Amino acid sequence: MLSELREINHSTMASTLEMTFREALHKSMIEEMDKNADIFLMGEDIGRYEGTFKVTRGLFPKYGHRRVIDTPITEAGFAGIATGAAMAGLRPIVEFMTMSFSILALDQIINHTAKIHYMSNGVVKCPIVFRGPGGAAKQLSAQHSHSMEGWYAHVPGLKVVCPATPEDAYGMLKTALADENPVVFYENPGLYAIKGTVPDDPNFSVPFGKAQIIKPGKDISLVGYSRMTHVNLAAAELLAKDGIDAEVVDVRSLVPLDTETIYASVRKTHRAIVVYEDWRSGGFGAEIAARIGEDCFDHLDAPVGRVGGLNVPMPYARVLELECIPDENDVVAAVRKLG
Amino acid sequence: MRNQVENEQPPHTESPAQLEQYYRDMVFIRHFEEKCNVAYRQGKIGGYMHTYIGMEALAVGWLYSIRKGEDYVITAYRDHAHALLLGTDPVAAMAELMGRKGGTAGGKGGSMHLFDPEKGFYGGWGIVGGHIPLGAGLAFASKYRGQDRVTLNFLGDGAANQGVLFETLNMASLWELPCIFIIENNEFAMGTRLEYHAADTHLWKRGEPFGIKSERIDGMDALDMRENAQRIVDWVRENQKPYLVEVMCYRFSGHGAADNDRQLYRTKEEELENMKRDPIKRLEAVLIERNILNAERLEAIDAELIEQVEKIYEAADAQPFPDVSEVYDNIYTDMTPDKGH
Ligand SMILES: Cc1ncc(C[n+]2csc(CCOP(=O)(O)OP(=O)(O)O)c2C)c(N)n1
Ligand SMILES: [Mg+2]
Repeated sequence: MLSELREINHSTMASTLEMTFREALHKSMIEEMDKNADIFLMGEDIGRYEGTFKVTRGLFPKYGHRRVIDTPITEAGFAGIATGAAMAGLRPIVEFMTMSFSILALDQIINHTAKIHYMSNGVVKCPIVFRGPGGAAKQLSAQHSHSMEGWYAHVPGLKVVCPATPEDAYGMLKTALADENPVVFYENPGLYAIKGTVPDDPNFSVPFGKAQIIKPGKDISLVGYSRMTHVNLAAAELLAKDGIDAEVVDVRSLVPLDTETIYASVRKTHRAIVVYEDWRSGGFGAEIAARIGEDCFDHLDAPVGRVGGLNVPMPYARVLELECIPDENDVVAAVRKLG
Repeated sequence: MRNQVENEQPPHTESPAQLEQYYRDMVFIRHFEEKCNVAYRQGKIGGYMHTYIGMEALAVGWLYSIRKGEDYVITAYRDHAHALLLGTDPVAAMAELMGRKGGTAGGKGGSMHLFDPEKGFYGGWGIVGGHIPLGAGLAFASKYRGQDRVTLNFLGDGAANQGVLFETLNMASLWELPCIFIIENNEFAMGTRLEYHAADTHLWKRGEPFGIKSERIDGMDALDMRENAQRIVDWVRENQKPYLVEVMCYRFSGHGAADNDRQLYRTKEEELENMKRDPIKRLEAVLIERNILNAERLEAIDAELIEQVEKIYEAADAQPFPDVSEVYDNIYTDMTPDKGH
């Protein structure tokens, strides 16, 4: 069972607007493109076709083909061209139709984009944002369902963020567009249609490296990011029926990682489960779990648990696909197992 | 080498029975694909699914020109027609689209990933351009073994931009691989027109820098297609060298079943204009003109094939979904990865 996605509104601002995750990304890009003429967009079918997930709808008529560029299907080529443009001081937003296709650009991103600043000893900067949907959508099978965030988070030189709410999508994209480093901005396709409130303030932004407590609790910390934050919330509701008061920690930013907020939660609850959609073996959740284990050992009443995707190439049949993706029941089962 | 469709009219010496068979195959594919669209709308098929509607002449022309089961065939995700014409069990193909246990891949692949190596069909691939070197690799294998096989390596106009095509063309020429690169130029890469994605829309020229014999031919006339395909396949078998062909056609349908935005990249008028070139209608005209089949017979064949597709669908729909216990099967030949969430 896939969990229902629910609204998470954490804004404390007085005036807010209701919108979807998709609209929040859209608004963020427009506001920043209006302010900064160096920002431009590149990607497949993002202009005339408005994007496969329609995140860039309306941008082509508004900015024209100079700033909203339909590329041929050449991920390695345009990721590299955008990187070159960023070296020269422009601020490209590269949309990958899905993060699975960014695999074709890994050489550019890992061998080139991520290394420029260090190899030049800081002489060259590369302010670029790679964004797009990552993770399983629905029945797209083995070649189209990759969670790529852990691959990127493994690479020094890249920042990686994975918002779960419209507000964070809006605010973190603003931060990404102001950042002087390459940023991989990961959007789970299951989130595009969720609604939430976004501060009515064009200067609003959400800093990188700040996790947040989405639901406080005292018995166990459920640590996750992106769509899994919603799964954790659903699990927390199920656990509440059993009298277990779970705290839901939304990591939001993998690199930089806010270990302090995560550790503070674990020091309070003494139990932790890290939840991630990527393959369980070697996914980024394994990194978070290891850190908690290393640094919070004295505060833990049980080993750190993990819930990840099955170590299986994503199958097409819905019954098999659902089996592979973690859901709230898997989280609840892991909590029970922890004792 | 030609830069446009100007091939002299070939003689068309096929027997009436042969012509009827081409017709049946094309109509069968059309109805199979239309049924897929209906099933998709009903939620019986999911994910990404791309039909071959309007391009039937292409597959018929090429796949009748090879030694089925011996020669190799590989393509991208628009793969139903290729599999069906190679002789893949249509019930197993439909079952795969519906994610059933009895599908060609036990429900694990879906529409984009049909495989049937016994019939010479090596997929069924979802990453644009990704399979192009694999096709050259099949040709490498047959050459290595000293066989006189050919490989049909189908790709789209959009795929013709991927860097890996150029790498592969270079090696195919350097190593003289018996591989035919067939660019199905249906004028669109998803929502992007040819003119917006290719700096030179004469895609046939892409073989030239590598010294590969290259040409552009029409793909809307089954008989022309058949004739040209046979000529090229024979040449490649004989010479054991690569060949590149740009086949001109038009994607009648949206990109995939989930493409609801055709108006963003083409007009209704353009679609209707192109549908006048319907390869099935064209072959019908030939059949009537040559007194091979009359209108009544054509209608009867149509009805018969609709019925046949219905039966295929029902047989597929009667099959069970895979059991969740199968999820770990066939990741490796000899082991399973660590289990569990
Ligand atoms: C590497 C990669 N990038 C993007 C996509 C998404 N995509 C799937 S099909 C397609 C268009 C391909 O067009 P073309 O090669 O002309 O083949 P056609 O669909 O017309 O048969 C795109 C962009 C993909 N599957 N793989
Ligand atoms: Mg095409």
